Amino acid sequence: MERSRLDVWVGVFVLGGLAALLILALKVGNAGDMLGRGDTYTLTAQFENIGGLKPKAAVRSAGVVVGRVATIDYDPETFNAIVVFKIDQRFSRFPVDTFASVYTTGLLGEQYVALAPGGDEKLLVDGARITKTQKAVVLEDLIGQFLTSRAGESSTQ
Amino acid sequence: MPNSGSRHVLDNKWSAVSGLGRQAVEAFLRLGYATRVLGLTLMNSNVSARRPRLVVREVYFSGVLSLVIILVSGLFVGMVLGLQGYQTLKVYGAESSLGVLVAFSLLRELGPVITALLFASRAGSAVTAEIGLMKATEQLRAMEMMAVDPIARVVAPRFWAGVISTPLLTAMFTAMGIYGGYLVGVILLGVDQGSFWSQMQSAVDFREDVVNGLLKSIAFGIAISWIAVFEGYDAPPTAEGVSGATTRTVVTSALTILFLDYILTSLMFRGF
Repeated sequence: MERSRLDVWVGVFVLGGLAALLILALKVGNAGDMLGRGDTYTLTAQFENIGGLKPKAAVRSAGVVVGRVATIDYDPETFNAIVVFKIDQRFSRFPVDTFASVYTTGLLGEQYVALAPGGDEKLLVDGARITKTQKAVVLEDLIGQFLTSRAGESSTQ
Repeated sequence: MPNSGSRHVLDNKWSAVSGLGRQAVEAFLRLGYATRVLGLTLMNSNVSARRPRLVVREVYFSGVLSLVIILVSGLFVGMVLGLQGYQTLKVYGAESSLGVLVAFSLLRELGPVITALLFASRAGSAVTAEIGLMKATEQLRAMEMMAVDPIARVVAPRFWAGVISTPLLTAMFTAMGIYGGYLVGVILLGVDQGSFWSQMQSAVDFREDVVNGLLKSIAFGIAISWIAVFEGYDAPPTAEGVSGATTRTVVTSALTILFLDYILTSLMFRGF
C-alpha cells in the first residue's frame, strides 16, 4: 500500500519534470518552430556590408517572418558578404527582381533582412541569387556624416 | 633556557609545516578514495537497473520531497527577477525585453545553480546523514555479513536518484521562475504580454540555452550525488562524525557547484 502510493508520487514527479521541460522547449525556447519547420528553399545574396547580421536572423517580407539566415560567408574575390537564406516553401513566389536589404528593428535592435518583391513575371527558384541588394546602415557612418555636415554648416556661417 | 625556548618555537613551526603536509596528503587520499567509491558505485549499478524500485524509493525521498522548496523558491526568484529587471530596463525604455532577461538568467544560470544548491542542502545532506548513520549503527556491516553489497544496495540507488532528480527539479524551477517573472512583469507591472513572450521566444535558442542549462544541471546532479554518497560512506561512525560529514556535504557541494558552473559557462557560452 505504502509502496504503491510512493510509486504514484514519483510518477507524478517525473511527469511534472518532463512537462516543465516541454513548456521550456515550446513556450520559452520556441523549439516547435524548429521541429515543425517544414520544407524550405535556399536563396543567396551578396551584400557590401551586413552590419551586425547573424545566422538565424529573421528574413521578413512586409514585416512578416518568411525565413531565416542560414549562413554568412565572405567572398575574397569581390570583398562582399555572401548570405544564404532558408525561406519557407509556402512563400516560394518571389519574383527575380526582389530587393534584399539589411534593416534594424528600432534604433539599436537586432538586424534582419527585408525582402521587397519586384514586378517581374519570372520567379526566384531554389538556389537562386538575389542580385538587388542594399547594404546595412552603420550607425557610426551616420553619426560621422551628421558631424561633418554640422561642421560644414558652422564653418560657412 | 632561552635556547630551549627558541627550539620550542622552531618545533612549533615545523609541526605547522608537517601538519600542512599531512592535510595535503589526507586531501589526496580522500579524493582517491572518493574516486574509488564512485567507480565501485558505477560498477555496482546493475542492481539498481534490475530493481528499479530501489531507485524509485530514493527518487521519492530526494526528489518528490524537495518539490515544495524548489517550486516556491523558483516562483520567488522569478518574481524578484521580474521586479528588478523591470526597474532597470525601464530606465532605457526597454521593459518589453523583460521576458528575455528573465528567461536567459533562469535558463542559463539561476535555474541550474539555485536548484543544485537547494537540492544539496535539502536532499544531499539527508543522504549523507542516512548512510552515515547506517554505518554508525553497523547496518552496512550487517549487510556485508549477509553477503549483500552495501554499495549496490544502499549507495548506488541514492546516487542515481540524485542524478535523475536534479534535471527534473531544474526544469520545474525554471518553468516556475519564468511564470513568476510573467506574474510580476505582465500582471502586476503591466508589461505587454505579447512582447514579453515573443521577444523571449525569438531570443531563446532551444539547443543553446535550454539544452545547455539541462546539461549543467545533470553535471551538478552527478557532483552532488557523488559528494553526498561518499561523505556518508566515509563518515566516522560516531554522532560527531556523521554531523561533520553532513556539514561537509553541504559546504563541498556548494563550492563544487559554483566552481563547476564557472567552468561549464565558459565552455558552453563562449560565443557571446
